[in-house]
Amino acid sequence: MKKKLIREVSLEEAKALKIRKKVAKEVSVAIADAVAQCKVDVISAYPITPQTHIVEYLSELVNNGELESEYIPVESEHAAMSACIGASAAGARTFTATSSQGLLFMYEVLFIASALRLPIVMVIANRSISAPISIWNDHSDVMTMRDSGWIQFFAENGQEAVDLIYHSYRIAEKSLFPVAINIDGFILTHVIEPVEFLDQELVDKYVPHLKMNYKLDPKKPVTMGAIGVPEIYTEAKKAQDEAFNSSYKIIINAWKEFEKLTGKRYQPVEIYKMEDAEVALVIMGSLTETAMNAVDLLRDEGKKVGLLRLRLWRPFPLRDFIKAIGKVKAIGVVDRAVSHGATGGPVGIEVRSALYQSNKRPKIVNFIAGLSGRDVTVEDFIELFERTYHAIKTKPTFSYKIYGVKE
Amino acid sequence: MTEIRLHGRGGQGVVTSAELIAIAAINEGKYAQAFPSFGAERRGAPVQAFVRIDTKRIRTREKIYHPDVVLVLDPTLPKLIKITDGLKKKGTVILNSYLSEKEIKKILGNYNGRLAIVDATKIAIEEIGFPITNTTMLGAFIKATGLIEAKYMEEALRERFGKLAEKNIKAFHRALEETKIFE
Repeated sequence: MKKKLIREVSLEEAKALKIRKKVAKEVSVAIADAVAQCKVDVISAYPITPQTHIVEYLSELVNNGELESEYIPVESEHAAMSACIGASAAGARTFTATSSQGLLFMYEVLFIASALRLPIVMVIANRSISAPISIWNDHSDVMTMRDSGWIQFFAENGQEAVDLIYHSYRIAEKSLFPVAINIDGFILTHVIEPVEFLDQELVDKYVPHLKMNYKLDPKKPVTMGAIGVPEIYTEAKKAQDEAFNSSYKIIINAWKEFEKLTGKRYQPVEIYKMEDAEVALVIMGSLTETAMNAVDLLRDEGKKVGLLRLRLWRPFPLRDFIKAIGKVKAIGVVDRAVSHGATGGPVGIEVRSALYQSNKRPKIVNFIAGLSGRDVTVEDFIELFERTYHAIKTKPTFSYKIYGVKE
Repeated sequence: MTEIRLHGRGGQGVVTSAELIAIAAINEGKYAQAFPSFGAERRGAPVQAFVRIDTKRIRTREKIYHPDVVLVLDPTLPKLIKITDGLKKKGTVILNSYLSEKEIKKILGNYNGRLAIVDATKIAIEEIGFPITNTTMLGAFIKATGLIEAKYMEEALRERFGKLAEKNIKAFHRALEETKIFE
């Protein structure tokens, strides 16, 4: 692909204008540009649709001498993640991206990256898992790494994808945990839309030079990933778990810093028209934007509906979530992945479990929608809201339902 | 909001056209969104691409089912597929064709709406040297819709095509002049 970089105004121009101009970019290219702004030392990746444009464009930047990074082409995703682990352990800032089967292929090493506390940043262009073979979008790939100890975000649009790149390097390097940024495949990756970038100066301030206290260095040898005999494995896991949960504060602080620099506010749970809502849908990723239109239309009819969007998925923002649901009478959770044989989709299960830790007891219905790129339209969201309304007065007869099945 | 559906064949630059419309609109200060029909496109097979343009932030990710504008790059397509499918009542069809208004309306199944026609293939061959009409049809698009100022499209063409830009801009301008509109 010969995708010419659409040049934004130069830094000097932007400063002179005192504005950040919105530029038209394919979201994949915008992500690559933001990664380049973070001055990554090592990029290692293997191409897979719909992620390919991101690393392809990064390879062009490196090839053209516009980005001084080591670009390691590898033979597989397992090797891509392994290369990132090795580089990160040696103190390098690293980046990789993948999708679907590629993520599954690197599965084994994902857990090693997090347990070794390596601040790798990865973009997942979310795509269904085979079989049947599908290149289209849902969240079944990332849900397999739900428990991997990676910090996990879901972006709503191109702008958020770009901003999350900046956030993720800061968060990863302060918490010493790897971060996965989820971007809906095609729906976001292949769309051209307006985005704005931080001035390089601000990026340098927000994501300063990485200095790791513990790294692989022949002059100061350390052991990483030693054997965890039964006498210490539990303690090691407890330490990892506590550290992971406390990364929440680091995430919040990173967003506060970002707000100070840019005026843009980021929160673990975003709400839309929730103030007096009786019924809410819980959604992750780009479909939230479509759902907002359904909220607006239903509000015009006098229906008190709202939306909750989980931007942060791991660590799960329990308190924010419970606070955000307000006084709703029913919640419809829209999952984008199937958890075969479970009591719901991954998000549905999480929400039910979360609410059991509070006194709030709204009715919960769980839908699985938009599998493999099946369009979820404004009309569909209106239907999901209506079904959720229905649950207020009736006892739900199902634990979860796959929505929109042709019969 | 204006929703646009582009038709062409794989390899004709349909996706590029959609991208250029969005880029020009955004550079003009509008909001826009361009996306291909996500899937396994093949060279020569009918393909689609989509654009949304608005003066405010675009907040939808659904596909385009009821376009305001249909832009067709390949002259053979109207006979093969129903290009007016889902078109809004007051919508516009923009076609690359050497046929007359009457002949085209018949092909489109007695279509009675707004129509813009230009022989883009002829222009492209004369100006660019080969029958790739994606940049020429941008001229027809602007003439028929008036959605974007021509200079922003020129800028977008110049950014994208480098050395080849001038030829494409010339073809674009000829289409701006030669496109006929039938209300």
